[in-house]
Amino acid sequence: MIMDVKDIIKPENLVYKKNKVLTNNVMHYCPGCSHGTVHKLIAEVIDEMGIQDKTIGISPVGCAVFAYNYVDIDWQQAAHGRAPALATAIKRLCPDKYVFTYQGDGDLASIGTAEIMHACNRGENIVVIFINNAIYGMTGGQMAPTTLLGMVTSTTPYGRQADLNGYPLKITELIAQLEGTCYVTRQSVQNAAAARKTKKALRKAFENSNQSKGTSFVEVVSSCGSGWKLSPVQANIWMEENMFPYYPLGDLKDR
Amino acid sequence: MAEKVLKKGNEGIALGAIHCGCDGYFGYPITPQSEVMETLMEEKPWETTGMVVLQAESEIASINMVHGGACCGKKVMTSSSSPGLSLMCEGLSYLAASELPCVVVNVVRGGPGLGTIQPSQGDYYQAVKGGGHGDYKTIVLAPFSAQEMYDFVGLGFDLAFKYRIPVMMLTDGMIGQMMEKVELRPQQARLSDQEIVSRYGSWATTGKTSDRPKNAVTSLALESKVHEALNFKLQAKYAEITEHEVRFETLACEDAEYLLVAYGSVARICESAVEAARAQGIKLGLLRPITLFPFPNVEIQRMIPQLKGILSVELSAGQMVDDIRLAVEGKVPVHFYGRLGGMIPSPQEVLEACKAHYIK
Amino acid sequence: MALKGAITVDTEKCKGCSVCVVNCPTKTIALAKEVNNKGYNYAYMANPDTCTGCTNCAVVCPDTCITVYRVKT
Repeated sequence: MIMDVKDIIKPENLVYKKNKVLTNNVMHYCPGCSHGTVHKLIAEVIDEMGIQDKTIGISPVGCAVFAYNYVDIDWQQAAHGRAPALATAIKRLCPDKYVFTYQGDGDLASIGTAEIMHACNRGENIVVIFINNAIYGMTGGQMAPTTLLGMVTSTTPYGRQADLNGYPLKITELIAQLEGTCYVTRQSVQNAAAARKTKKALRKAFENSNQSKGTSFVEVVSSCGSGWKLSPVQANIWMEENMFPYYPLGDLKDR
Repeated sequence: MAEKVLKKGNEGIALGAIHCGCDGYFGYPITPQSEVMETLMEEKPWETTGMVVLQAESEIASINMVHGGACCGKKVMTSSSSPGLSLMCEGLSYLAASELPCVVVNVVRGGPGLGTIQPSQGDYYQAVKGGGHGDYKTIVLAPFSAQEMYDFVGLGFDLAFKYRIPVMMLTDGMIGQMMEKVELRPQQARLSDQEIVSRYGSWATTGKTSDRPKNAVTSLALESKVHEALNFKLQAKYAEITEHEVRFETLACEDAEYLLVAYGSVARICESAVEAARAQGIKLGLLRPITLFPFPNVEIQRMIPQLKGILSVELSAGQMVDDIRLAVEGKVPVHFYGRLGGMIPSPQEVLEACKAHYIK
Repeated sequence: MALKGAITVDTEKCKGCSVCVVNCPTKTIALAKEVNNKGYNYAYMANPDTCTGCTNCAVVCPDTCITVYRVKT
């Protein structure tokens, strides 16, 4: 017997809907952008842990500067790269709060290298969510510290060359070396299985942050269709083929 | 009777912070102000008042830690010296644009560049004209004694929260390093989380509860109309501060024909210069601005009819003198006398400079 | 016992990125020929009979436009 769709679409049969910690605002991100998916996972974790009133996010400079329009919690907007410094103070002054930074690769791995290194080295009890799409999205597709060798950007129009631009920075590997971090992982959200794993990682990171274990660092290898000049689906395939070999997924540290 | 102690100006800042109920200090070592954080670390206020004290990795991190704490409605502060303040200017611009209260101390040293660790007032422009990018101001307090170093931390926080604005204490190595009597005030309790929610819950990131919309503290406004409105709001605030918060002191001004204008350490030297002038029968007075922004324009203008000349005395190449000239609009001659690079004028040198310009 | 599902799409929020289309294990979803007010070809349930309500499409949707229902038959 084939059921009619109308008989299935009923409240009692609901298995997935937009989380209430996610606002109804239409996101300004480009089609297929990983930011939207990660925002949603953060909202779901906050809701499931029941910590909406205890969570403070710090948005970066970059495309995700407007994260505060989408996740319905209190937010602070940091100067470029400085989110870990803000988070440090918030967590120390308000130790009962769950504090997380949301940063891109330019913000975290270029201009904010000192702040992220020292916050992680002090073992601040915060969550760091690091979106690595190997390019500057908001400013129009310039080279990021994590841009792969050979990758074309608007400031490496002939491809990134090691002798001219240095090497793609594996900052997550550096972070994992620091005594202050308790959990360092690299995830992705291009398919449902990956997104579910990322959600689990975020949940663990948030739980860690109120157990005085140190800093939890979740990198999400992401796509930027607009910056990479690819369709959303092609961008995800390109990411799997080119980004994952250099930035392999999985836990780098869990203690 | 209040307890009196012998303290360096920098130590006064540290004790002033603890006693006024400061929630957090974030700093980075730099001469000539390192005693501020050293004193705090020695005092261990986290064991008594619960105040957080943290040595940051840089001045950039310090000011951004202040940003994070200020967003939470906490009384937070930092201190540094000139090169460190240059690094903090981006953060100060963000704090001002986001309308965040905090206290920032600049124990000024000689510049430009790495300069010298000796006292200077060369950061006047940076302090009163904004320093960082955009149309913003901070309230600027200029202490001239260890007692004022101690008192102005609490005063600074009162003003910072009254107007939701960063307050800068602009002082120098002479005041910072000098030991003087400081009369201590009773310990003020830090605000509880509940008190912070009830006072600042309309804007601070205290955690989004079901009874209010989320608070997002930001300085970003991509729409021109919105951003212009934010700027107008800031300017209206600065106008209100200019109207209500001017502070200054005068010495021998009632019958003065000549006026010294000086703030901070140099004002002390000018006090002696006034005494020496009066002993010689010269009708010299002193106006000491305590707030550099807002500047005591009105008081200077009020004195114009009685004055034959004004001398701005500064440890700089002549910065505050511009604001005096703007105030008098050419109605009285205004001259400048200053020393640079950590050189300190004697009262006699100040008096001679005054005579050279006005009493031939 | 089989699972039978259905989805609804907030077509005005949908940006037609197709990430749900390629993540659907039963090829239930396609992009409509019509466009929404922003000019995007939005996702829709092209083959309602094949949907199992697995939620993969909703989990990967960057704009959270998909709601999923499921019954056991």
